[in-house]
Amino acid sequence: MHLPAILPWGAAEGFSKQMLLVLLSVVFIAVFFVLAARKGQLVPGKLQFAGEAAYGFVRNGIAKDIIGGKDFIKYVPLLFSLFFFILVNNIYGAIPFFQLPTFSHVGGAYVLAGIVYFTWLIIGLKKNGIRYFKLATVPSGVPWYILPIVIPIEIISNFIVRPVTHSLRLFATMLAGHLIVMIAGYGIEFLVSQENILLQGTSVLVLAGAIAMYMLEALIMVLQAYVFTLLTAIYIEGALHADSH
Amino acid sequence: MNQLIISAATEGEEVNPLVPNVWEMGVVLVGFVILMFIVVKFVVPMFEKTFAERAEAIEGGIAKAEKAQAEASAALEEYKQQLTDARAEANRIREEARAEGAQILADLKEKAGAESARITAQAHAQIESERQAAVVSLRAEVGTLATTLAGRIVGEALNDDERSARVVDRFLADLENQNAGAAK
Repeated sequence: MHLPAILPWGAAEGFSKQMLLVLLSVVFIAVFFVLAARKGQLVPGKLQFAGEAAYGFVRNGIAKDIIGGKDFIKYVPLLFSLFFFILVNNIYGAIPFFQLPTFSHVGGAYVLAGIVYFTWLIIGLKKNGIRYFKLATVPSGVPWYILPIVIPIEIISNFIVRPVTHSLRLFATMLAGHLIVMIAGYGIEFLVSQENILLQGTSVLVLAGAIAMYMLEALIMVLQAYVFTLLTAIYIEGALHADSH
Repeated sequence: MNQLIISAATEGEEVNPLVPNVWEMGVVLVGFVILMFIVVKFVVPMFEKTFAERAEAIEGGIAKAEKAQAEASAALEEYKQQLTDARAEANRIREEARAEGAQILADLKEKAGAESARITAQAHAQIESERQAAVVSLRAEVGTLATTLAGRIVGEALNDDERSARVVDRFLADLENQNAGAAK
Protein backbone atom coordinates (compact mmCIF):
# COMPACT_ATOMS: atom_id res chain seq x y z
CA MET A 1 0.00 0.00 0.00
CA HIS A 2 2.80 2.36 0.72
CA LEU A 3 5.60 3.45 -1.47
CA PRO A 4 8.81 3.74 0.45
CA ALA A 5 9.14 7.00 2.30
CA ILE A 6 10.36 9.69 -0.04
CA LEU A 7 12.09 11.63 2.69
CA PRO A 8 12.81 10.54 6.21
CA TRP A 9 10.89 13.52 7.45
CA GLY A 10 11.07 13.00 11.14
CA ALA A 11 7.82 11.11 11.01
CA ALA A 12 7.31 7.42 11.49
CA GLU A 13 6.84 6.87 7.78
CA GLY A 14 8.45 9.91 6.27
CA PHE A 15 7.08 11.73 3.27
CA SER A 16 4.78 9.19 1.69
CA LYS A 17 3.16 8.82 -1.69
CA GLN A 18 -0.12 9.77 -0.02
CA MET A 19 1.23 13.14 1.04
CA LEU A 20 2.62 13.82 -2.39
CA LEU A 21 -0.74 13.01 -3.96
CA VAL A 22 -2.57 15.35 -1.58
CA LEU A 23 -0.31 18.23 -2.47
CA LEU A 24 -0.54 17.38 -6.17
CA SER A 25 -4.33 17.45 -5.96
CA VAL A 26 -4.20 20.99 -4.61
CA VAL A 27 -2.05 21.99 -7.56
CA PHE A 28 -4.32 20.25 -10.08
CA ILE A 29 -7.50 21.83 -8.74
CA ALA A 30 -6.03 25.28 -8.31
CA VAL A 31 -4.40 25.37 -11.73
CA PHE A 32 -7.45 24.02 -13.53
CA PHE A 33 -9.96 26.38 -11.97
CA VAL A 34 -7.77 29.46 -12.02
CA LEU A 35 -7.09 28.87 -15.72
CA ALA A 36 -10.77 28.22 -16.38
CA ALA A 37 -12.00 31.24 -14.44
CA ARG A 38 -9.25 33.69 -15.37
CA LYS A 39 -10.63 35.00 -18.67
CA GLY A 40 -14.17 35.42 -17.41
CA GLN A 41 -15.67 35.84 -20.86
CA LEU A 42 -19.40 36.31 -21.22
CA VAL A 43 -19.41 33.66 -23.93
CA PRO A 44 -17.16 31.00 -22.42
CA GLY A 45 -14.62 28.92 -24.25
CA LYS A 46 -14.34 25.17 -23.74
CA LEU A 47 -12.12 25.33 -20.68
CA GLN A 48 -14.12 28.10 -19.06
CA PHE A 49 -17.34 26.27 -19.83
CA ALA A 50 -16.05 23.11 -18.17
CA GLY A 51 -14.90 25.12 -15.15
CA GLU A 52 -18.19 26.94 -14.90
CA ALA A 53 -20.16 23.72 -15.18
CA ALA A 54 -18.10 22.16 -12.36
CA TYR A 55 -18.32 25.28 -10.22
CA GLY A 56 -22.03 25.69 -10.98
CA PHE A 57 -22.66 22.08 -9.96
CA VAL A 58 -21.46 22.79 -6.42
CA ARG A 59 -22.74 26.36 -6.30
CA ASN A 60 -26.25 25.71 -7.58
CA GLY A 61 -26.66 21.96 -7.18
CA ILE A 62 -25.49 21.80 -3.58
CA ALA A 63 -25.04 25.22 -1.93
CA LYS A 64 -28.04 27.00 -3.44
CA ASP A 65 -30.42 24.05 -3.30
CA ILE A 66 -29.60 22.99 0.25
CA ILE A 67 -28.66 26.22 2.02
CA GLY A 68 -30.58 28.63 -0.19
CA GLY A 69 -31.43 32.17 0.79
CA LYS A 70 -29.08 35.03 0.14
CA ASP A 71 -26.28 33.76 2.38
CA PHE A 72 -25.49 30.55 0.54
CA ILE A 73 -22.72 32.24 -1.46
CA LYS A 74 -20.65 32.58 1.75
CA TYR A 75 -20.41 28.81 2.05
CA VAL A 76 -19.73 28.08 -1.61
CA PRO A 77 -15.91 28.26 -1.24
CA LEU A 78 -15.89 25.66 1.55
CA LEU A 79 -18.27 23.30 -0.27
CA PHE A 80 -16.49 23.81 -3.58
CA SER A 81 -13.06 23.13 -2.08
CA LEU A 82 -14.34 20.08 -0.19
CA PHE A 83 -16.01 18.56 -3.22
CA PHE A 84 -13.11 18.87 -5.62
CA PHE A 85 -10.45 18.11 -3.02
CA ILE A 86 -12.18 14.85 -2.13
CA LEU A 87 -13.12 14.10 -5.73
CA VAL A 88 -9.58 14.40 -7.06
CA ASN A 89 -8.09 12.54 -4.12
CA ASN A 90 -10.61 9.73 -4.60
CA ILE A 91 -10.19 9.55 -8.35
CA TYR A 92 -6.47 8.89 -7.81
CA GLY A 93 -7.56 5.38 -6.92
CA ALA A 94 -8.92 4.85 -10.41
CA ILE A 95 -5.95 6.26 -12.28
CA PRO A 96 -3.18 3.73 -13.05
CA PHE A 97 0.21 4.99 -11.81
CA PHE A 98 -1.39 6.99 -8.92
CA GLN A 99 -3.62 4.10 -7.84
CA LEU A 100 -4.18 5.33 -4.29
CA PRO A 101 -7.32 7.05 -3.05
CA THR A 102 -5.70 9.24 -0.43
CA PHE A 103 -8.68 9.07 1.89
CA SER A 104 -8.07 5.35 2.30
CA HIS A 105 -5.76 6.71 5.01
CA VAL A 106 -8.02 7.87 7.77
CA GLY A 107 -6.09 11.00 8.74
CA GLY A 108 -7.30 13.14 5.87
CA ALA A 109 -10.91 12.17 6.46
CA TYR A 110 -10.59 13.13 10.14
CA VAL A 111 -9.17 16.50 9.19
CA LEU A 112 -11.94 17.34 6.72
CA ALA A 113 -14.71 16.08 8.99
CA GLY A 114 -13.14 18.07 11.83
CA ILE A 115 -13.10 21.25 9.75
CA VAL A 116 -16.76 20.73 8.88
CA TYR A 117 -17.62 19.93 12.51
CA PHE A 118 -16.12 23.13 13.85
CA THR A 119 -17.52 25.18 10.97
CA TRP A 120 -20.96 23.81 11.80
CA LEU A 121 -20.57 24.58 15.51
CA ILE A 122 -19.25 28.10 14.91
CA ILE A 123 -22.01 28.95 12.46
CA GLY A 124 -24.65 27.61 14.83
CA LEU A 125 -23.27 29.50 17.83
CA LYS A 126 -22.79 32.72 15.86
CA LYS A 127 -26.29 32.58 14.49
CA ASN A 128 -28.17 31.49 17.61
CA GLY A 129 -25.79 32.16 20.50
CA ILE A 130 -25.38 29.65 23.29
CA ARG A 131 -29.04 28.74 22.79
CA TYR A 132 -27.87 26.72 19.81
CA PHE A 133 -26.95 23.82 22.06
CA LYS A 134 -30.56 23.65 23.15
CA LEU A 135 -31.88 24.05 19.59
CA ALA A 136 -29.58 21.28 18.38
CA THR A 137 -30.52 18.81 21.09
CA VAL A 138 -34.15 19.51 22.01
CA PRO A 139 -36.41 18.89 19.04
CA SER A 140 -39.56 20.97 19.02
CA GLY A 141 -42.98 19.37 19.13
CA VAL A 142 -41.87 16.36 21.17
CA PRO A 143 -43.94 15.49 24.28
CA TRP A 144 -42.06 16.25 27.53
CA TYR A 145 -42.06 12.66 28.74
CA ILE A 146 -40.09 11.51 25.68
CA LEU A 147 -37.50 14.26 26.07
CA PRO A 148 -35.33 12.33 28.58
CA ILE A 149 -34.84 9.70 25.91
CA VAL A 150 -34.62 12.05 22.92
CA ILE A 151 -32.15 14.55 24.34
CA PRO A 152 -29.31 12.07 25.03
CA ILE A 153 -29.88 10.52 21.62
CA GLU A 154 -29.71 13.94 19.96
CA ILE A 155 -26.57 14.86 21.88
CA ILE A 156 -24.86 11.63 20.91
CA SER A 157 -25.99 11.73 17.29
CA ASN A 158 -25.29 15.40 16.64
CA PHE A 159 -22.14 16.04 18.61
CA ILE A 160 -20.37 12.70 18.73
CA VAL A 161 -21.58 10.31 16.08
CA ARG A 162 -21.97 12.87 13.33
CA PRO A 163 -18.31 13.82 12.81
CA VAL A 164 -17.26 10.21 13.26
CA THR A 165 -19.63 8.87 10.61
CA HIS A 166 -18.87 11.84 8.40
CA SER A 167 -15.20 10.95 8.32
CA LEU A 168 -15.42 7.15 8.52
CA ARG A 169 -17.96 6.94 5.69
CA LEU A 170 -15.46 8.48 3.33
CA PHE A 171 -12.48 6.62 4.70
CA ALA A 172 -14.14 3.20 4.85
CA THR A 173 -15.55 3.27 1.33
CA MET A 174 -12.22 4.35 -0.07
CA LEU A 175 -10.24 1.78 1.93
CA ALA A 176 -12.65 -1.01 1.07
CA GLY A 177 -12.68 -0.17 -2.62
CA HIS A 178 -8.92 0.10 -2.65
CA LEU A 179 -8.57 -3.23 -0.84
CA ILE A 180 -10.95 -5.03 -3.19
CA VAL A 181 -9.18 -3.85 -6.32
CA MET A 182 -5.80 -4.59 -4.74
CA ILE A 183 -6.81 -8.04 -3.58
CA ALA A 184 -8.14 -8.79 -7.05
CA GLY A 185 -4.79 -7.70 -8.43
CA TYR A 186 -2.88 -9.93 -6.05
CA GLY A 187 -5.35 -12.76 -6.78
CA ILE A 188 -4.71 -12.50 -10.50
CA GLU A 189 -0.99 -12.45 -9.91
CA PHE A 190 -1.25 -15.51 -7.68
CA LEU A 191 -3.41 -17.47 -10.14
CA VAL A 192 -1.22 -16.66 -13.13
CA SER A 193 1.87 -17.85 -11.27
CA GLN A 194 0.33 -21.34 -10.75
CA GLU A 195 1.62 -24.43 -12.62
CA ASN A 196 -1.83 -25.72 -13.58
CA ILE A 197 -3.04 -24.21 -16.85
CA LEU A 198 -6.72 -24.53 -15.81
CA LEU A 199 -6.03 -22.67 -12.60
CA GLN A 200 -4.26 -19.98 -14.59
CA GLY A 201 -7.32 -19.73 -16.84
CA THR A 202 -9.56 -18.87 -13.89
CA SER A 203 -7.61 -15.63 -13.52
CA VAL A 204 -9.69 -14.35 -16.43
CA LEU A 205 -12.80 -14.63 -14.23
CA VAL A 206 -11.10 -12.69 -11.48
CA LEU A 207 -10.02 -10.07 -13.98
CA ALA A 208 -13.63 -9.65 -15.18
CA GLY A 209 -14.76 -9.30 -11.58
CA ALA A 210 -11.96 -6.87 -10.85
CA ILE A 211 -12.95 -4.67 -13.81
CA ALA A 212 -16.55 -4.64 -12.64
CA MET A 213 -15.41 -3.69 -9.14
CA TYR A 214 -13.16 -1.04 -10.60
CA MET A 215 -16.13 0.56 -12.37
CA LEU A 216 -18.19 0.39 -9.18
CA GLU A 217 -15.32 1.96 -7.27
CA ALA A 218 -15.04 4.79 -9.78
CA LEU A 219 -18.73 5.48 -9.23
CA ILE A 220 -18.36 5.34 -5.45
CA MET A 221 -15.38 7.71 -5.55
CA VAL A 222 -17.50 10.39 -7.20
CA LEU A 223 -20.51 9.56 -5.08
CA GLN A 224 -18.61 9.83 -1.80
CA ALA A 225 -17.22 13.24 -2.72
CA TYR A 226 -20.79 14.32 -3.44
CA VAL A 227 -22.17 12.77 -0.26
CA PHE A 228 -19.51 14.36 1.93
CA THR A 229 -20.18 17.80 0.45
CA LEU A 230 -23.95 17.35 0.55
CA LEU A 231 -23.84 16.40 4.22
CA THR A 232 -21.67 19.44 4.93
CA ALA A 233 -24.27 21.64 3.26
CA ILE A 234 -27.05 19.99 5.24
CA TYR A 235 -25.19 20.54 8.53
CA ILE A 236 -24.59 24.20 7.69
CA GLU A 237 -28.22 24.63 6.74
CA GLY A 238 -29.23 23.05 10.03
CA ALA A 239 -27.04 25.51 11.92
CA LEU A 240 -28.39 28.50 9.98
CA HIS A 241 -32.05 27.58 10.35
CA ALA A 242 -31.99 25.86 13.72
CA ASP A 243 -35.19 27.65 14.74
CA SER A 244 -37.30 26.01 12.10
CA HIS A 245 -36.10 22.47 12.76
CA MET B 1 2.68 -15.21 -1.54
CA ASN B 2 3.80 -16.01 1.95
CA GLN B 3 5.69 -12.79 2.00
CA LEU B 4 2.50 -10.91 1.05
CA ILE B 5 0.52 -12.42 3.88
CA ILE B 6 3.30 -11.67 6.27
CA SER B 7 3.60 -8.09 5.16
CA ALA B 8 -0.18 -7.65 5.42
CA ALA B 9 -0.17 -9.22 8.83
CA THR B 10 2.70 -7.15 10.12
CA GLU B 11 1.10 -4.04 8.76
CA GLY B 12 -2.13 -4.96 10.52
CA GLU B 13 -0.21 -5.31 13.74
CA GLU B 14 1.64 -2.09 13.29
CA VAL B 15 -1.18 0.11 12.13
CA ASN B 16 -4.76 0.18 13.26
CA PRO B 17 -6.47 1.67 10.19
CA LEU B 18 -8.55 3.97 12.42
CA VAL B 19 -5.48 5.52 13.99
CA PRO B 20 -4.30 8.35 11.79
CA ASN B 21 -0.79 9.27 10.83
CA VAL B 22 -0.32 12.73 12.27
CA TRP B 23 1.92 13.85 9.43
CA GLU B 24 -0.64 12.81 6.86
CA MET B 25 -3.24 14.79 8.74
CA GLY B 26 -0.91 17.77 8.71
CA VAL B 27 -0.38 17.50 4.98
CA VAL B 28 -4.11 17.24 4.28
CA LEU B 29 -4.81 20.19 6.57
CA VAL B 30 -2.14 22.35 4.97
CA GLY B 31 -3.15 21.28 1.45
CA PHE B 32 -6.80 21.95 2.12
CA VAL B 33 -6.12 25.34 3.68
CA ILE B 34 -4.00 26.32 0.67
CA LEU B 35 -6.77 25.16 -1.65
CA MET B 36 -9.38 27.07 0.35
CA PHE B 37 -7.24 30.18 0.19
CA ILE B 38 -6.90 29.96 -3.60
CA VAL B 39 -10.60 29.24 -3.99
CA VAL B 40 -11.70 32.11 -1.74
CA LYS B 41 -9.17 34.52 -3.17
CA PHE B 42 -9.35 33.74 -6.87
CA VAL B 43 -11.67 31.03 -8.12
CA VAL B 44 -14.98 32.01 -6.54
CA PRO B 45 -14.64 35.78 -7.09
CA MET B 46 -13.69 35.25 -10.73
CA PHE B 47 -16.58 32.88 -11.42
CA GLU B 48 -19.05 35.05 -9.52
CA LYS B 49 -17.87 38.11 -11.42
CA THR B 50 -18.40 36.34 -14.71
CA PHE B 51 -21.83 35.10 -13.61
CA ALA B 52 -22.84 38.57 -12.46
CA GLU B 53 -21.65 40.16 -15.70
CA ARG B 54 -23.47 37.55 -17.73
CA ALA B 55 -26.68 37.99 -15.73
CA GLU B 56 -26.38 41.74 -16.14
CA ALA B 57 -25.82 41.44 -19.88
CA ILE B 58 -28.89 39.24 -20.24
CA GLU B 59 -31.05 41.35 -17.95
CA GLY B 60 -29.82 44.52 -19.68
CA GLY B 61 -30.92 43.06 -23.01
CA ILE B 62 -34.29 42.17 -21.56
CA ALA B 63 -34.70 45.63 -20.08
CA LYS B 64 -33.82 47.20 -23.43
CA ALA B 65 -36.33 45.01 -25.23
CA GLU B 66 -38.99 45.86 -22.67
CA LYS B 67 -38.30 49.55 -23.09
CA ALA B 68 -38.60 49.27 -26.87
CA GLN B 69 -41.83 47.35 -26.43
CA ALA B 70 -43.21 50.02 -24.13
CA GLU B 71 -42.24 52.76 -26.57
CA ALA B 72 -43.86 50.94 -29.45
CA SER B 73 -47.11 50.43 -27.57
CA ALA B 74 -47.09 54.07 -26.47
CA ALA B 75 -46.68 55.15 -30.10
CA LEU B 76 -49.49 52.82 -31.15
CA GLU B 77 -51.70 54.26 -28.45
CA GLU B 78 -50.90 57.76 -29.62
CA TYR B 79 -51.71 56.92 -33.23
CA LYS B 80 -54.98 55.35 -32.18
CA GLN B 81 -55.81 58.43 -30.18
CA GLN B 82 -54.98 60.66 -33.12
CA LEU B 83 -57.11 58.54 -35.42
CA THR B 84 -60.05 58.76 -33.03
CA ASP B 85 -59.60 62.51 -32.76
CA ALA B 86 -59.45 62.86 -36.54
CA ARG B 87 -62.63 60.80 -36.93
CA ALA B 88 -64.43 62.91 -34.36
CA GLU B 89 -63.19 66.08 -36.08
CA ALA B 90 -64.39 64.83 -39.45
CA ASN B 91 -67.80 63.98 -38.00
CA ARG B 92 -68.04 67.39 -36.41
CA ILE B 93 -67.16 69.16 -39.66
CA ARG B 94 -69.69 67.08 -41.58
CA GLU B 95 -72.42 67.93 -39.07
CA GLU B 96 -71.54 71.60 -39.24
CA ALA B 97 -71.62 71.56 -43.04
CA ARG B 98 -74.99 69.87 -43.02
CA ALA B 99 -76.42 72.40 -40.58
CA GLU B 100 -74.91 75.27 -42.53
CA GLY B 101 -76.31 73.92 -45.81
CA ALA B 102 -79.78 73.69 -44.31
CA GLN B 103 -79.43 77.23 -42.97
CA ILE B 104 -78.34 78.56 -46.36
CA LEU B 105 -81.23 76.79 -48.08
CA ALA B 106 -83.75 78.25 -45.65
CA ASP B 107 -82.27 81.74 -46.07
CA LEU B 108 -82.45 81.47 -49.85
CA LYS B 109 -86.04 80.30 -49.75
CA GLU B 110 -87.01 83.16 -47.51
CA LYS B 111 -85.18 85.69 -49.67
CA ALA B 112 -86.80 84.34 -52.84
CA GLY B 113 -90.26 84.55 -51.26
CA ALA B 114 -89.65 88.14 -50.19
CA GLU B 115 -88.33 89.07 -53.62
CA SER B 116 -91.30 87.56 -55.42
CA ALA B 117 -93.69 89.34 -53.06
CA ARG B 118 -91.89 92.59 -53.67
CA ILE B 119 -92.01 92.14 -57.46
CA THR B 120 -95.72 91.29 -57.32
CA ALA B 121 -96.47 94.33 -55.20
CA GLN B 122 -94.47 96.56 -57.54
CA ALA B 123 -96.29 95.16 -60.55
CA HIS B 124 -99.64 95.79 -58.88
CA ALA B 125 -98.69 99.39 -58.06
CA GLN B 126 -97.46 100.01 -61.63
CA ILE B 127 -100.59 98.54 -63.15
CA GLU B 128 -102.72 100.68 -60.83
CA SER B 129 -100.83 103.86 -61.68
CA GLU B 130 -100.94 103.10 -65.40
CA ARG B 131 -104.64 102.42 -65.18
CA GLN B 132 -105.04 105.72 -63.31
CA ALA B 133 -103.06 107.52 -65.99
CA ALA B 134 -105.09 105.85 -68.72
CA VAL B 135 -108.33 106.87 -66.99
CA VAL B 136 -107.17 110.45 -66.64
CA SER B 137 -105.94 110.67 -70.22
CA LEU B 138 -109.06 108.92 -71.52
CA ARG B 139 -111.27 111.28 -69.58
CA ALA B 140 -109.48 114.29 -71.11
CA GLU B 141 -109.44 112.80 -74.60
CA VAL B 142 -113.06 111.66 -74.50
CA GLY B 143 -114.16 115.03 -73.09
CA THR B 144 -112.34 116.97 -75.81
CA LEU B 145 -113.61 114.69 -78.56
CA ALA B 146 -117.17 114.81 -77.29
CA THR B 147 -117.08 118.58 -76.86
CA THR B 148 -115.62 119.09 -80.29
CA LEU B 149 -118.17 116.76 -81.72
CA ALA B 150 -121.04 118.44 -79.84
CA GLY B 151 -119.70 121.88 -80.78
CA ARG B 152 -119.70 120.87 -84.41
CA ILE B 153 -123.19 119.61 -84.05
CA VAL B 154 -124.62 122.38 -81.85
CA GLY B 155 -122.57 125.29 -83.06
CA GLU B 156 -119.98 127.54 -81.69
CA ALA B 157 -121.65 127.97 -78.31
CA LEU B 158 -119.73 125.37 -76.67
CA ASN B 159 -116.38 126.84 -77.40
CA ASP B 160 -116.03 128.10 -73.92
CA ASP B 161 -113.64 125.43 -72.58
CA GLU B 162 -114.38 125.85 -68.98
CA ARG B 163 -118.09 125.40 -69.31
CA SER B 164 -117.75 122.50 -71.67
CA ALA B 165 -115.32 120.81 -69.36
CA ARG B 166 -117.82 121.06 -66.53
CA VAL B 167 -120.55 119.65 -68.77
CA VAL B 168 -118.34 116.79 -69.82
CA ASP B 169 -117.41 115.99 -66.27
CA ARG B 170 -121.03 115.97 -65.24
CA PHE B 171 -121.85 113.74 -68.12
CA LEU B 172 -119.08 111.36 -67.30
CA ALA B 173 -120.07 111.31 -63.66
CA ASP B 174 -123.61 110.47 -64.71
CA LEU B 175 -122.22 107.82 -66.95
CA GLU B 176 -120.20 106.37 -64.17
CA ASN B 177 -123.17 106.42 -61.83
CA GLN B 178 -125.20 104.71 -64.47
CA ASN B 179 -122.48 102.14 -64.89
CA ALA B 180 -122.31 101.66 -61.16
CA GLY B 181 -126.08 101.29 -60.98
CA ALA B 182 -126.05 98.85 -63.82
CA ALA B 183 -123.27 96.96 -62.07
CA LYS B 184 -125.47 96.83 -59.03
